[in-house]
Amino acid sequence: MDIKSIPVSAWLGIIATSIFVLAAVFAPLIAPYGMSEIVGDVWEPMSSEHLLGTDNLGRDLLTRMIYGARTTLTIAALATLVSFTLGSFLGMFAAVIGGWSDQLLSRSVDLLMSIPTLIFALVVLSVLPANIVTLIFVMGILDATRVFRLSRAVAVDVNVMDFVEAAKLRGEGRIWIITREILPNALSTLVAELGLRFIFAVLFLSALSFLGLGIQPPEADWGGMVKENKDGIIFGIPAALIPAGAIAVLAISINLIADWILNRTTDLKGGRGDS
Amino acid sequence: MSLALKLIAQRISLGILMLFAVSILIFVGTQILPGDVAQSILGQSATPESLANLRAELGLNEPAITRYFAWLAGIATGDLGTALTSGQSVSEAIGLRLGNTLFLATVAAVMSVPTAILLGLIAVRFKNRWPDKMISGATLACISLPEFFIGYLLILVFGVKLGWFPTVATVYEGMPFGDRLQAVVLPAVTLTLVVLAHMMRMTRAAILNVMQSAYIETAELKGLAAFKIIWKHALPNAVSPVVNVVMLNLAYLIVGVVVVEVIFVYPGMGQYLVDHVAKRDVPVVQACGLVFAAIYIGLNLVADIVSVLSNPRLRHPK
Amino acid sequence: MTADAFLDIRNLKIGVSVREPGKPARDITIVESVSTTLAKGKVLGLIGESGAGKSTIGLSSLAYGRGGVEITGGEVFVNGRDILTLNRQGLNQLRGREVCYVSQSAAAGFNPAHRLIDQVIEATLEHGLATKAEAEARAVDLFKALSLPDPENIGSRYPHQVSGGQLQRVMTAMALCPQPDLIVFDEPTTALDVTTQIDVLAAIKNAIRLTGVAALYITHDLAVVAQVADEIMVLRNGKKVEHGSTQQIIEAPQEDYTKALVSVRSITHAAQDQTETPLISMQNIVAGYGKGPKVLHDVSVDIFAGQTLAVVGESGSGKSTLARVLTGLLPASSGQITFEGRTLTPVQANRPVDDLRDIQMIYQMADTAMNPRQTVATIIGRPLEFYFGVKGKERDKQVAALLEKIELPADTAKRYPAELSGGQKQRVCIARALAANPKVIICDEVTSALDPLVADGILKLLLDLQARENVAYLFITHDIATVRAIADSIAVMHLGKLARYGSKSDVLAPPFDDYTDLLLSSVPEMKIGWLEGVTAARKMEGAGN
Repeated sequence: MDIKSIPVSAWLGIIATSIFVLAAVFAPLIAPYGMSEIVGDVWEPMSSEHLLGTDNLGRDLLTRMIYGARTTLTIAALATLVSFTLGSFLGMFAAVIGGWSDQLLSRSVDLLMSIPTLIFALVVLSVLPANIVTLIFVMGILDATRVFRLSRAVAVDVNVMDFVEAAKLRGEGRIWIITREILPNALSTLVAELGLRFIFAVLFLSALSFLGLGIQPPEADWGGMVKENKDGIIFGIPAALIPAGAIAVLAISINLIADWILNRTTDLKGGRGDS
Repeated sequence: MSLALKLIAQRISLGILMLFAVSILIFVGTQILPGDVAQSILGQSATPESLANLRAELGLNEPAITRYFAWLAGIATGDLGTALTSGQSVSEAIGLRLGNTLFLATVAAVMSVPTAILLGLIAVRFKNRWPDKMISGATLACISLPEFFIGYLLILVFGVKLGWFPTVATVYEGMPFGDRLQAVVLPAVTLTLVVLAHMMRMTRAAILNVMQSAYIETAELKGLAAFKIIWKHALPNAVSPVVNVVMLNLAYLIVGVVVVEVIFVYPGMGQYLVDHVAKRDVPVVQACGLVFAAIYIGLNLVADIVSVLSNPRLRHPK
Repeated sequence: MTADAFLDIRNLKIGVSVREPGKPARDITIVESVSTTLAKGKVLGLIGESGAGKSTIGLSSLAYGRGGVEITGGEVFVNGRDILTLNRQGLNQLRGREVCYVSQSAAAGFNPAHRLIDQVIEATLEHGLATKAEAEARAVDLFKALSLPDPENIGSRYPHQVSGGQLQRVMTAMALCPQPDLIVFDEPTTALDVTTQIDVLAAIKNAIRLTGVAALYITHDLAVVAQVADEIMVLRNGKKVEHGSTQQIIEAPQEDYTKALVSVRSITHAAQDQTETPLISMQNIVAGYGKGPKVLHDVSVDIFAGQTLAVVGESGSGKSTLARVLTGLLPASSGQITFEGRTLTPVQANRPVDDLRDIQMIYQMADTAMNPRQTVATIIGRPLEFYFGVKGKERDKQVAALLEKIELPADTAKRYPAELSGGQKQRVCIARALAANPKVIICDEVTSALDPLVADGILKLLLDLQARENVAYLFITHDIATVRAIADSIAVMHLGKLARYGSKSDVLAPPFDDYTDLLLSSVPEMKIGWLEGVTAARKMEGAGN
């Protein structure tokens, strides 16, 4: 891959995402204060001491943001991992095997998707114990339905191509067909989707935390920080907008990267033929 | 026509079947999962006796099947059960709040659908030129914005700094329509911005797909004016995909309502659901989940029916 | 510019901007300095292989570029004005009024949402050339002239309610309705079956004669254009090769390329006699997809070692289904297949590996028959590895030997399919089949996506390989010329049944059954006046009955 061929928009996305990731990884090293340390008055404005001001309890907002990046990114990444492994494996499996196992899986996914994801998550979270593992699995499994649909659709498209039939006629086993014939041709679509699923996980987690049903205090996460500081808004204090804005910037950055990956994906049929 | 009617009947029965399956799923999701409702309500410090009493009171000792059919029978007669926390009838509470939610969603739909289609058409008309690029860029950014970012930004600017609209969307029974409308402007704008980007992008893609068809080239080579090509040749074929896009996004809008209602403290279904999830009030959560799912399935059903009706192959069979 | 030339193309240059993902856009010239003129009422045939630029030139007379195509130089005069300088309004006056267009696929070219009649008269009304009633009457007259069934009422149908051949004629009526000076026919019969093509061709020719409209007739099939054109321009890679009267081009071509086009299908192959026992015997095969109606009804054919059985038929005849039954992808619902004297397991998944190895397949679209993410070495090498356990250096050696057999350079092994030409791709597919050292290769329309000269090369190669390797072919095609060139025995299929079956000499010699007669007589021949001869003969027969 030629570095020069990466467009400016994708560069912006890569740089911004890297900053967030680095902040998350090295949180204890770069955070100016302790995560739950009360260092000032409630909702102090931005100053040289507190670059982003302080929050509703007088904690340093920048510190909370850095630790929040850690929580938000980790949980979103784990949920994406669950949804992706589960969804793409089952999707390709359904496409290649076909028959009743495909029917069973596809209809179950239809059913799960007939309830809006957030609503279903709320229903399930109302009875499940509130902890991080539950959260990751609920998010991951619900989102796996979308990955399932996509990877099944892509695999079905590839599966009907003559080169797959040629491999079947040769007598190749299913493992070869999935890993050597289908996967290489589905990969770039799935990678771009990985980015979109990650954004969705970040937004979803933030929404749950904002509603008070995601990460529980005193852990810092961006959605929860919006909830903590939202009462300041009516007094004209923008503290809640800082974590909200961070979520937006992260989402836009990853969108820009995914857009670029999607655009450089060559489709299977090659260019458009015209005489 | 009989073929189309048959297909529509098929879709409707499928929708009903789906709703039925969803009711099972919601019931199973809240009853069989490892959490214990009685424990959740009373907390860790509850005595075994009080737990047993509450279980008996909630009917938790009955087999799940019996409880499911009792619940279903209740729904059929309009009785959604009693809230555990307040002891009030769930049907009554939902009745009031559903109206509020639908009002908000309708206002948002009235704002967003025409805007999205108009922007989509402009983007198609100026494809790959600056208006298209500008709209596409703006919507790409919009897609990534969480509801609460838009919501609180609007409150801060238009509610607090400018003071044009109330910062909290309070509505009450018997409120004059004009006041009610003013109260929901900010939440409706928030919802609009949330779905606008998706709706516009998908509209653009659907219309572009039609515009690339060979019959559009035929029309162009007949020397028809650009407007006529769009009006006579593109639009009839774009209706079905665009309606699909709109329905899909209205369904999305219903979900967005949950977060937006919490932001603006609006007394609707979303707020009601979230409050009772935190309190682990299972009958309320079940009922709200079912109502939201029914709306969602209904909107998708409408999209299906429109695409059957607008398909000339089905309207005029061989 | 001659006095009566109303279309005058001068030094036309056309380019296209190709934007491959991840690479900067680059401009390619697809038509270079082409000039021609056309007089009123004359028909000019534009002929060439894919990439010759013939459609692009045709569309330039409507000042239209498809996709990213742009006219970069030259002038196109229609009725004395340079149409390349016109604005959108001027173009709208030209299009659908002075110049009309008939595309290859009428099925895609008609709007599915409107009735045919409304689309046929649309341009006439738009340009104010007639009232609605007049235009509709004109359309009905044209439907009659084009021999459409039920001309009074066919217009009230929707596009999906009429057949492909009829739709192509309705599209011709649509182009004729505004009474233009020029119609551009862009491969109007290419997508049709050969027995349908002859009717559409006769209808188009008749309509041109009746209305006196001039036409640009674009096709890749010289025998077709010879029937309708007064003059022919031969194009290759966007350049003019030769331009002359139809008679001169067909009977006395000057340029080597034209000569090659005229003499295409010069391959001859002396049919071998059938041996005692067939290699494969398919007996009383009945098959269908799912619960639908049966596609094959009681079909029995034999394939002999080292010989070619050509299965010929039109779309829907069941010829490809027969191949799928042999591969085992679609097990027959009754009947059986004998392979070297023993019964072959019907379902592919249950067959022993040696049976799979013995029956190989080559596809119509070489593009989709190869995994775009594998190199040629992997594509050809995998059967060697899979069937014979050949690995490493030995595999590379055998791949190189196979590449030599298919007449491709050794460094092809490192390439990906996208880097090869259409003919080269099909050769790699042949090598992949050969790598298994099979007893029979199923060839499913392997030459129909290729240009005639390239297709000829593939056929020669297949015949050479057959002589050397003693491999049998089940050769599926819709093209009679190909059948004549390579078959030892022939099965003619029609609506899922065998219409005629036997050795090549028996099948191609009279007396014929009705369908074979229709099929054989519908294949365009490279001589002027063939179309009139056939239609006249058919009319006489019709009158006689």
